[in-house]
Amino acid sequence: MRRETLITLTLLALLLGAAVYGHRGNEPFIITLAAKAAIFAIAGAGLNLALGYGGLVSFGHAAFFGIGGYAAGIIASAARNYEPVMTWPIEIAGSTSMPVIWIVAIIAAMIIAIPIGIFSLRTGGVYFIMITLAFAQMLYYFAVSWPAYGGEDGLSFYVRNSVFGLNMMDPWTYFTVCFGVLAVVLALMAVLVRSRFGLALEMARQNAQRLTASGIRPFNVRLTAFVISAMITGLAGALYADLNRFVSPAMLSWHTSGEIMVFVILGGVARLGGPVAGACLYLLLEQTLDGVTDYWQVLLGIVLLLVVLFARGGLVGLLAGRRAAHD
Amino acid sequence: MSGALFAEQLLNGLQFGVMLFVMAAGLTLVFGVMGLINLAHGSLYMLGAFACAAVAAATGSFVLGLAASLAAAAIAGVLVETLIIRHLYARDHLDQVIATFALILVFTEGTRWAFGSFPLYLNLPDALSGSVSLPGGITYPLFRLLIIGVGLAIAAGLFLLVNRTRLGMRIRAGESDREMIAALGVDIGRLYTIVFALGAALAGLAGALVGSVQAVQIGMGEPVLILAFVVIVVGGIGSITGAFVGAILVGVTDTLGRFLLPQAFGLIMDASSATSVGSALASMLIYVLMALVLVFRPTGLFGKPA
Repeated sequence: MRRETLITLTLLALLLGAAVYGHRGNEPFIITLAAKAAIFAIAGAGLNLALGYGGLVSFGHAAFFGIGGYAAGIIASAARNYEPVMTWPIEIAGSTSMPVIWIVAIIAAMIIAIPIGIFSLRTGGVYFIMITLAFAQMLYYFAVSWPAYGGEDGLSFYVRNSVFGLNMMDPWTYFTVCFGVLAVVLALMAVLVRSRFGLALEMARQNAQRLTASGIRPFNVRLTAFVISAMITGLAGALYADLNRFVSPAMLSWHTSGEIMVFVILGGVARLGGPVAGACLYLLLEQTLDGVTDYWQVLLGIVLLLVVLFARGGLVGLLAGRRAAHD
Repeated sequence: MSGALFAEQLLNGLQFGVMLFVMAAGLTLVFGVMGLINLAHGSLYMLGAFACAAVAAATGSFVLGLAASLAAAAIAGVLVETLIIRHLYARDHLDQVIATFALILVFTEGTRWAFGSFPLYLNLPDALSGSVSLPGGITYPLFRLLIIGVGLAIAAGLFLLVNRTRLGMRIRAGESDREMIAALGVDIGRLYTIVFALGAALAGLAGALVGSVQAVQIGMGEPVLILAFVVIVVGGIGSITGAFVGAILVGVTDTLGRFLLPQAFGLIMDASSATSVGSALASMLIYVLMALVLVFRPTGLFGKPA
């Protein structure tokens, strides 16, 4: 087994262990925290495909996270209020079934990601960072000023949606669902990265000219990676909305984009287990620093600075040894 | 809709635009010369506003407050550049984004710790707080007019600085070939610090001026930072002229969009839904502008072709 695979499995086992510990000790707080870590890890895994493997530094993934969240919120609250989601051009009824919501969230993220990707990928480098950020802000301001779905106040739905008739309000059940999704997403990523597409994406990052010479258009490969990345992050958004039973424009804000990026950086860019390590580390830091001072984000900022300046490659990079992670 | 109201909105757009320019000028210089993307630029804007509010409250002098905003932001700029930013020039943009994102967290929470979460309001001196009558029956706040004047003066000053002085020559040389001017004996480290501090001071001044008409509050820098990004994407990264044209375009489009779109929708639907649809679309207008510019000129209006 490769060292990196081993690290990924160990990280997943640790996350599962933390939740089991919380389940045994009857501490729902720990289980919910573990569920949150799993969801953040899914969002990070999505971004990692574009940012790590594709070298596309998207600072706008909050857009997809938020779209997934709003998809969940709108469909669920429509079902709770016995109203259709929309009546024109076709009538669509609300639903409280999680798989339905996931699929809608993934498709919604895809529909948004395609135009954003087409525009943003016309440029590169620092332009790409700013443009993805700007598009995410556009959706943020739209969500704030569009009154139909709560505007600035957000949208609440009171009960978590369900899958297989399980009681999702039970933290342990909800955690197992999130953990299962995370495992599937990571398996998918592992396959994707080793596939022909993954290799083409790697080459698009390292040397686009060579990729063109071998008969593949870098734009198509990058756009595909960007859209798949957005779809995974959208799925995480739907899970996150269900976790809180609430969506608000905050999910779309640039701060969320930054946080998703931080999960990837803290854990290790272009590492399969990176987002898992990063999300867990971020939540652990938040919990411990929050105990030290109310202004814990100052300390978080300092830790982040130290990681960027001195520990490039993140946590997985430290454990698995150095490799050109991104350049 | 009267012509006077329209002219007033146009002036508001211009005022917004010149302040965006003062913000964007620093960003675009720093990117052009050092190749650095600085998210913490908005924090320097906030810092300037808080410095101005604190000093104006302590001394009672608004002018001293403005001087303090320049000084505080410039000093913070020098500190941040020498301690942190300097180590990021050779790194990729991803590291720069994360490091400056971390700086935002430090600045934002640090300011919250020092000043609390409540917004501060600045009292303008009486001499500046009145309104003036302009030709055409427009009355317009004197201070906003002053902001337009200051913004235009800074634009002219920067243009002269970059194109007519020795420092400007070095800045332009730094933009085209860093290694070469270092080899010619220019202290490139010092040049970088000066450029960064200049950008920081401008951001601080913009924060103080805008803070005087709106409010001085935590997190005020980030919305402006993102608008400044839109400005330099529209104008072309690294170009001062581009930043100016982009800033005016974005400022006027945004202000007029918020004013005109609800009215335009009012012609075809009832008033309340026209307001909500119009204002929702108006908030997206500048991003549409950006997308349009990118379709036709991927490197911005005044950017060098990649």
